[in-house]
Amino acid sequence: KLQSSISDPMTSPPPQLRSQVIALYKNLLYMGRDYPKGYAYFRDRLKSVFLKNSGVKDPDQIKVLIGRGEFVIKELEALYMLRKYRALKHRYYEKDEATTSATTSSSDKEAPTKTQ
Amino acid sequence: KYIHIINKADMAASKGLKILVGCKRVIDYAVKVRVKPDRSGVVTEGVKHSMNPFDEIAVEEAVRMKEKKLAGEAVAISVGPPQSQETLRTALAMGIDRAIHVEIPLAQLEKLQPIHVSKLLAKVCESEKPDLVILGKQAIDDDCNQTGQMLAALLDWPQATFASKIEPSQDSKQLRVTREVDGGLETIDVSVPAVVTSDLRLNEPRYATLPNIMKAKKKPLAKMSPDQLGVDLQPRQEVISVEDPPVRKAGAKVESVEDLVGKLREKGLVK
Repeated sequence: KLQSSISDPMTSPPPQLRSQVIALYKNLLYMGRDYPKGYAYFRDRLKSVFLKNSGVKDPDQIKVLIGRGEFVIKELEALYMLRKYRALKHRYYEKDEATTSATTSSSDKEAPTKTQ
Repeated sequence: KYIHIINKADMAASKGLKILVGCKRVIDYAVKVRVKPDRSGVVTEGVKHSMNPFDEIAVEEAVRMKEKKLAGEAVAISVGPPQSQETLRTALAMGIDRAIHVEIPLAQLEKLQPIHVSKLLAKVCESEKPDLVILGKQAIDDDCNQTGQMLAALLDWPQATFASKIEPSQDSKQLRVTREVDGGLETIDVSVPAVVTSDLRLNEPRYATLPNIMKAKKKPLAKMSPDQLGVDLQPRQEVISVEDPPVRKAGAKVESVEDLVGKLREKGLVK
């Protein structure tokens, strides 16, 4: 599936770049599992972006795009960490305190207003 | 400063501490938990699971202590179903050296309590002989906040819970742990071996990327059973029912002070 979505570089950029691009795609796809809007949303957009750039042949340009992809990985890591930290802080710690509480009860959560 | 010393064992400064980290596989923190219609528990089938966030912090701390050369070896342990191996693989991907999986048969899984887990961990500590055990302060599914404390009691080791900082003490013979307590921070010195439980601000865990997960597959993962460890998993508690918290009732807006007083009188809160 992956091979067909990236066009075969007939006028070839070096093969290492190709495997780097594939590795980048796999790494991003793996990170998509934790994406707040859901894996399917992430995967569809990831696929279309890679498809859009699949015609690029210039090795320097490919390296720039790979760098952009690696930047996105860093951004996602930061997003995930911040989200998790904020969620835990909201659930387990008092709202307006400068220091923290070691009490074990979760703070009041919004009760679901409808059963699913 | 409160100094708490039980025995004066030198920290193995040359080789570094051996750390054992506990990890629990729980329903992912971002998932909206649903109660089963029969009220026997929550829906876990097909639901995304991941490592307990406080355990991620514990794993991260162990890895950082290795990077700082305070620790020589870091071992992760998980008590749970076969899928707990994925949790251990995440720990290995974050930098843990090897993992131990104590596999619990499905029938006993739902009734597993911190008392059982702490007994299993205590048994493993007898053979592994770690200098430091780091656990998450509590699991986000049961919120028990018991395993670390029970483990310390079973081993008769000092405990430093809700740690927000771990460093060598001034004479390097103990660990200086800053704890998050009601009303502020408390700093204590504990001798090793000790049990520490991690609190939110201890560190920010690294993300286990796919390349690291793949590399982690080469790291050793040993399996054990509760029978091998000679621990009885008889449940001590029975869950009667699991229910949603009560729905918050909508508030009512009043137009004037008279209305407010009237409403309070209706509810019998004011004469």
